[in-house]
Amino acid sequence: MYRAHVLICGGTGCTSSGSVAIQETLAKQLKEKGLEDEVKIVQTGCFGLCALGPVMIVYPEGTFYSRVTPEDVEEIVEEHLLKGRIVERLVYSDTDDENATDTSLNDTTFYKKQKRVALRNCGVINPEVIDEYIGEGGYQALGKVLTEMTPEEVIKTILDSGLRGRGGGGFPTGLKWKLAAGNQADQKYVCCNADEGDPGAFMDRSVLEGDPHVVLEAMAIAGYAIGASQGYIYVRAEYPIAVHRLQIAINQAREYGLLGKNIFDTGFDFDIDIRLGAGAFVCGEETALMTSIEGNRGEPRPRPPYPAVKGLFGKPTILNNVETYANIPQIILNGAEWFASMGTEKSKGTKVFALGGKINNTGLVEVPMGTTLREVIEEIGGGIPNGKKFKAAQTGGPSGGCIPAEHLDIPIDYDNLISIGSMMGSGGLIVMDEDNCMVDIAKFFLEFTVDESCGKCTPCRVGTRRLLEILEKITSGKGTLEDIDKLEELAAYIKANSLCGLGQTAPNPVLSTLRYFRDEYVAHVVDKKCPAGVCKDLLQYTIIEDKCKGCSACSRKCPVGAISGEIKSPFVIDQNKCIKCGACIETCKFGAIEKK
Amino acid sequence: MKSLAELAAIRDKMKNSVAMREGAGGIRVVVGMATCGIAAGARPVLNTIVEEVAKANLSDSITVTQTGCIGICQYEPVVEVYEEGKDKVTYVKMDVDKAKEVVEQHLKGGKVVTKYTIGK
Repeated sequence: MYRAHVLICGGTGCTSSGSVAIQETLAKQLKEKGLEDEVKIVQTGCFGLCALGPVMIVYPEGTFYSRVTPEDVEEIVEEHLLKGRIVERLVYSDTDDENATDTSLNDTTFYKKQKRVALRNCGVINPEVIDEYIGEGGYQALGKVLTEMTPEEVIKTILDSGLRGRGGGGFPTGLKWKLAAGNQADQKYVCCNADEGDPGAFMDRSVLEGDPHVVLEAMAIAGYAIGASQGYIYVRAEYPIAVHRLQIAINQAREYGLLGKNIFDTGFDFDIDIRLGAGAFVCGEETALMTSIEGNRGEPRPRPPYPAVKGLFGKPTILNNVETYANIPQIILNGAEWFASMGTEKSKGTKVFALGGKINNTGLVEVPMGTTLREVIEEIGGGIPNGKKFKAAQTGGPSGGCIPAEHLDIPIDYDNLISIGSMMGSGGLIVMDEDNCMVDIAKFFLEFTVDESCGKCTPCRVGTRRLLEILEKITSGKGTLEDIDKLEELAAYIKANSLCGLGQTAPNPVLSTLRYFRDEYVAHVVDKKCPAGVCKDLLQYTIIEDKCKGCSACSRKCPVGAISGEIKSPFVIDQNKCIKCGACIETCKFGAIEKK
Repeated sequence: MKSLAELAAIRDKMKNSVAMREGAGGIRVVVGMATCGIAAGARPVLNTIVEEVAKANLSDSITVTQTGCIGICQYEPVVEVYEEGKDKVTYVKMDVDKAKEVVEQHLKGGKVVTKYTIGK
């Protein structure tokens, strides 16, 4: 029996900041001090506070240590595990109050406002040990479904819960299942979309890494509901830890008879295989994903027929996102009313967001639907670093849009976000401050979609390229007001005529920034200025005469010799030679150089 | 695995283990584990309490944890029991057998073992 558990995050974020070395050092230290039978090391999935990694929690106290280095480990073992003295200097505290004593993660503002349903086991259990998942109530829902419920009852429960697809579309999950269940076929399939491709999004990866069994259990439940015996998880090969843990989980579930033939002696057969994606963004689109599983080049096809009618290998198929599945077992165990009691009228439950960009607490958060963006960004996210001003939040990745400060108090749900020109998307939430140029942001996402367009339909293949060219023209200072009109016209055309979701939503970053930040576009075109100081071609570095002491530091640093002058009198930058690298600004001790 | 009963068995087996991470528990048992406590033999006392609590299936309602020096080094090993709405109980000069008795009588039975408390 262990008297203490040390949980070390083994998610991708903390692994890259060195949690593997921490774990090895800890194991060595425990052995040296003879504590290996008293203290248990548990490698878990993501806790959510990736910015503070590597993170470690010590139970029973629940002490949360952040930014732990291998050198700190000995002190933690010696002081905390041996003598019971908490190592205060490593304890994470979200306030600057020196007297703050909340050493437990649950007391921090980062966690207080969160409601963890899909992430309930992430950072709590060891994802590579099936017994730990079972200990937290795992596979109970599958047992309940197989022994106590009919497939119709399962579908009704999911329908009543109001769960909508968490991949971004927001289609009612229960309805999807009902349609697939209603189609007769000799074979049906259950697929899991784990091809998370939005830049900055890592919700699905964290669930797969931290709680892989929940996805397996939910897929088996789905299989029972629609009458399928085979499942596929389509996961990107760029997620090696997730793939590894999924495979372990599948093997363990098979060994326990929780996957395979005659599960719980009820005559129900269900098995799951992994299919690796090669990292094409378009394969997150459902028809392209299934085409890829079939072994063909990942390209979308027109719908209808919808997958529920004719999906994988031409058979009725349901395809849900990882996070959608992660909610299913809890809905079965706690009931549809419990789930429907969270959230807003049309969006029930919770949503996981990957917080990134200009925000203090980069990481993973799960909040009830209806929480405002302001709560997520300012309270849970800890606000914008360096005292900068919030400018916009980007949701929905390359398919979504930017939400300006005036809409920060809007409750987050599917319909609200669409009404303000963005979308829920899969849950990437990128925060931007006053130093971000909105035209540049639109250009960034367009570059991404141009790269990722599969090329099958013309509006997307050619249209997005033309959009990007116009944006490049604007950011290089050669744009005209007419170009802005052209952007809007072309964007509307691409939206209306593209074959799949990738093209239909690709112009959104342009349209939403035009809607809220048109003045920035105009500034680029008319004044030939970039207000945020990002677009290089529109910048000018100048020396303020009054502040310049004539020390020559900048001119010695300038790589192209563009700065000249006499010692002790103001220097001048030759605009024709300047390459706008910014080296002079960094060098000047007197703040005499400005960028405009 | 072919039955729900087997699943429940694994769940119960693991429950005590994962319960620690819920951080719940109405009663907190704190063992002094500073240098003085360790020297006096606090570690086996702590481990015994953890084991006995788990054996009695009380891990859900009792948190066993450690603390630093309480300041009464001559009385170590010291075990303190905190319960909501009740006075703190301090046991002194504990050993493995006494610890078992405290778990049995106090934690399970609700009766303070006065012969081991401080100021008896």
